[in-house]
Amino acid sequence: MSEPLAPQHGTEPDEIAAAAPATVASRFELAQRAGGIAVPVATAVLAFLIGGLLVLATGHNPLQAYWDIIKGAGLDWLAHPTNTDVANTAAYNFSQTLLQTSSLILTGLAVAFAFRCGLFNIGGNGQYLVGLFCANWVGVSFVNMSRPAHIVVGIALATAAGAFWAAIAGFLKATVGAHEVITTIMLNWIAYWIGNYLFQQGGPLQGAQNRPLDIPISGNVVPSARLPVFWGDAELQGLHIGFFVAIASLVLFWLILNRTTLGYEVRAVGYNPAAAAYGGIKVRTNYVRAMAISGAFAGLAGGLDMLGYQYKIGTSDVQVQAIGFLGIAVALLGRNTALGVGLAGFLFGGLLYGTTHGLQSGSIDPSLAGHLTEMIQGLVVLFVGADVLILYLWSVRRKLRRQRAAAPPAAESPA
Amino acid sequence: MSSYVGSGDRILRSRFLDAKAVGIAGIALGVFAFLLAIPPIVVRSPVWPVVVGMFAILFGIAAAARGGRRVGGIAIGVGIAGMALAVLATRSSTGNLDQVFTASLIASMLVFATPLTFGAVGGMFSERSGVVNIGLEGMMLMGAFWGIWGADKTGSWVWGVAIAMAAGGLLALIHAYFAIHLRADQIVGGVAVNFLALGITGYFFVQLYHGQNVPTGVSQIPNVNLAKDSDHSFLAQSIGHLNLMIWAAIILVPLSYIVMFKTPVGLRIRACGEHPRAADTVGINVYLTRYGAVVLSGILAAMGGAYLTVGYLNTYNENVTAGRGFIALAALIFGNWRPFGAFGAALLFGFSTALAFRLNVYSSNAATLFQALPYVLTLIAVAGVIGRTVPPAAVGRPYKKQ
Repeated sequence: MSEPLAPQHGTEPDEIAAAAPATVASRFELAQRAGGIAVPVATAVLAFLIGGLLVLATGHNPLQAYWDIIKGAGLDWLAHPTNTDVANTAAYNFSQTLLQTSSLILTGLAVAFAFRCGLFNIGGNGQYLVGLFCANWVGVSFVNMSRPAHIVVGIALATAAGAFWAAIAGFLKATVGAHEVITTIMLNWIAYWIGNYLFQQGGPLQGAQNRPLDIPISGNVVPSARLPVFWGDAELQGLHIGFFVAIASLVLFWLILNRTTLGYEVRAVGYNPAAAAYGGIKVRTNYVRAMAISGAFAGLAGGLDMLGYQYKIGTSDVQVQAIGFLGIAVALLGRNTALGVGLAGFLFGGLLYGTTHGLQSGSIDPSLAGHLTEMIQGLVVLFVGADVLILYLWSVRRKLRRQRAAAPPAAESPA
Repeated sequence: MSSYVGSGDRILRSRFLDAKAVGIAGIALGVFAFLLAIPPIVVRSPVWPVVVGMFAILFGIAAAARGGRRVGGIAIGVGIAGMALAVLATRSSTGNLDQVFTASLIASMLVFATPLTFGAVGGMFSERSGVVNIGLEGMMLMGAFWGIWGADKTGSWVWGVAIAMAAGGLLALIHAYFAIHLRADQIVGGVAVNFLALGITGYFFVQLYHGQNVPTGVSQIPNVNLAKDSDHSFLAQSIGHLNLMIWAAIILVPLSYIVMFKTPVGLRIRACGEHPRAADTVGINVYLTRYGAVVLSGILAAMGGAYLTVGYLNTYNENVTAGRGFIALAALIFGNWRPFGAFGAALLFGFSTALAFRLNVYSSNAATLFQALPYVLTLIAVAGVIGRTVPPAAVGRPYKKQ
């Protein structure tokens, strides 16, 4: 079980033993080994089913609605993948789904990496926002910079800003034991208000052309800082090379965790900080480091989104921003693994675009369907949080059966 | 994990100040707030004395909540006095001040503090029983939407509030079932509950009201008119025409204190949050107590949301709570899981919000940043700089009967 919201004086061993494994990370690890891919799939199906029931109850046809959402996400393009012209609606929708997927993969990785260290990073949204702000500032200023340098500086600064924002929470956790959930929530809202301050009328980063018009929107990122678009039109939110950066990040995530000393330490702390400390791993350093890496993913997402297709940001964009929160659902459904986050990111990316801009439906209005996404997101997180128990029982049963059949494997946790 | 955090505790205790020292620091800050405005420093803008004064009050609350009641009280007093005097000192030179510091500032502080108070006291019940409630925001949002819907459909604010309470309680019941029965991670569950509330209220807002504003003229929670309209005295202007729900929130604070600390029910709740095994051993039904406390927290948070829509705004727009549930959570932590502490923090946060709106007179830029103050203060508070926050010992840990 996770620790409580602040430092503890002591713990009762009997309770720890009664409640499954010690940290969130080890719980999910156990769940993963026990159920494989079947459970996340079942979780998602159940969430969609309940969402469908609500759609039905409010007088819409759920099958038609989901079919329209699938088309809205451009998944029907996969039947004719040769036609890549974005004038074709299906192709355009699919490119937009991939655009959303890129951001979601990165914010999902932000949550997942911290999870592997036993930390719950709810602050992905704040880290994403500071990434957006920094990339916008770089992209609007330094107009004389050459293209690759301008892009690199913008992305690097956004990534560093996200890392810094998350590292604050990691540092507070490491030094005074402040619970990262509380600190990251607070940091989210601080970033939110900083954004409202920066881009409001008279704010320091409000675009010069918007000042006389009283529009609270930033300046436009200049062409030299814009990411190359490889599918579609840059003016119509074409798919930019950030998509490949997101895919590469998945690989990087896997490499760091599974092939480096750093990753080994992070995972060891995630399983059991006390045991890790006993084994000579610096737990505090790892908390700060894991949070910084985690925030870097979210900041990177912000940087890519700003320089890739958003180009500008207004106070209203700051207020409705939820990509970082969706990252929580992506990470949990993806079981905090690289492959899982990639697939869950694609699912939610499709859902996000398919229920909003992409949706053309006679049976359900996009403004209605958009909230369906939030609900499905909530249900997924709810069920993912609970299935650990079911899986625990499942694994115990399977272990018993195996014990009867052959030599027992090393006992992992008491029944 | 426990042993590691435990070692951090020892460092904390030796390194950071005790309650008395915090209180004294608060008094010093309060004095400093006043000194800022008079020669030789002479700050012309009231912003700086107010910020320093609020830190003095913050230190005072922190000291009071951690055992240094007397010195904490003095620090709060000195903070307020220093702030007021400093503002008076700057007043002679700036005409705008009249628009900022008026009796109605007190009234609007109470307006903004009310949802926070409901949320924080609700959260206290849940967390004192051992269940973390990150979902306060969602429960408040449910109350806000279903409250205005109820008031609109039934034509009576009484039913509106009742329906809000039911909606908040229902969402809390989901949280309770997953946290207590299924022993799911309580923080994950709370996050889920927030998403769910956002989805449900958003969905039905579009379905029932087509995303437009709720029809005007919905039955509103009435004001309690203690003073005549013609009365323009300070007291009449500040607390003469407060909403019924504001008074309910003010009454809720001592009431919840009595329930939590002076009655057997409160003792049972606290026992479940401190040591559920021991509570179980002496015959307390841990599951039932936790269910009750969590559902109560949802009901109270929803009342805060209902006040927002049915009592104050008299309309609804998407995600109307806009993070107030999280400020309530902050107030709860700030107040050290105690009703008066939480109320004090809610008042402070309410004041900073009210001030933020008034400060538009000077500079809208500063006013916007001012809104982040509650979150910054909470960050400072949980960092332990002003003394330790002590949550219930078993909060966040599911309990399994043996």
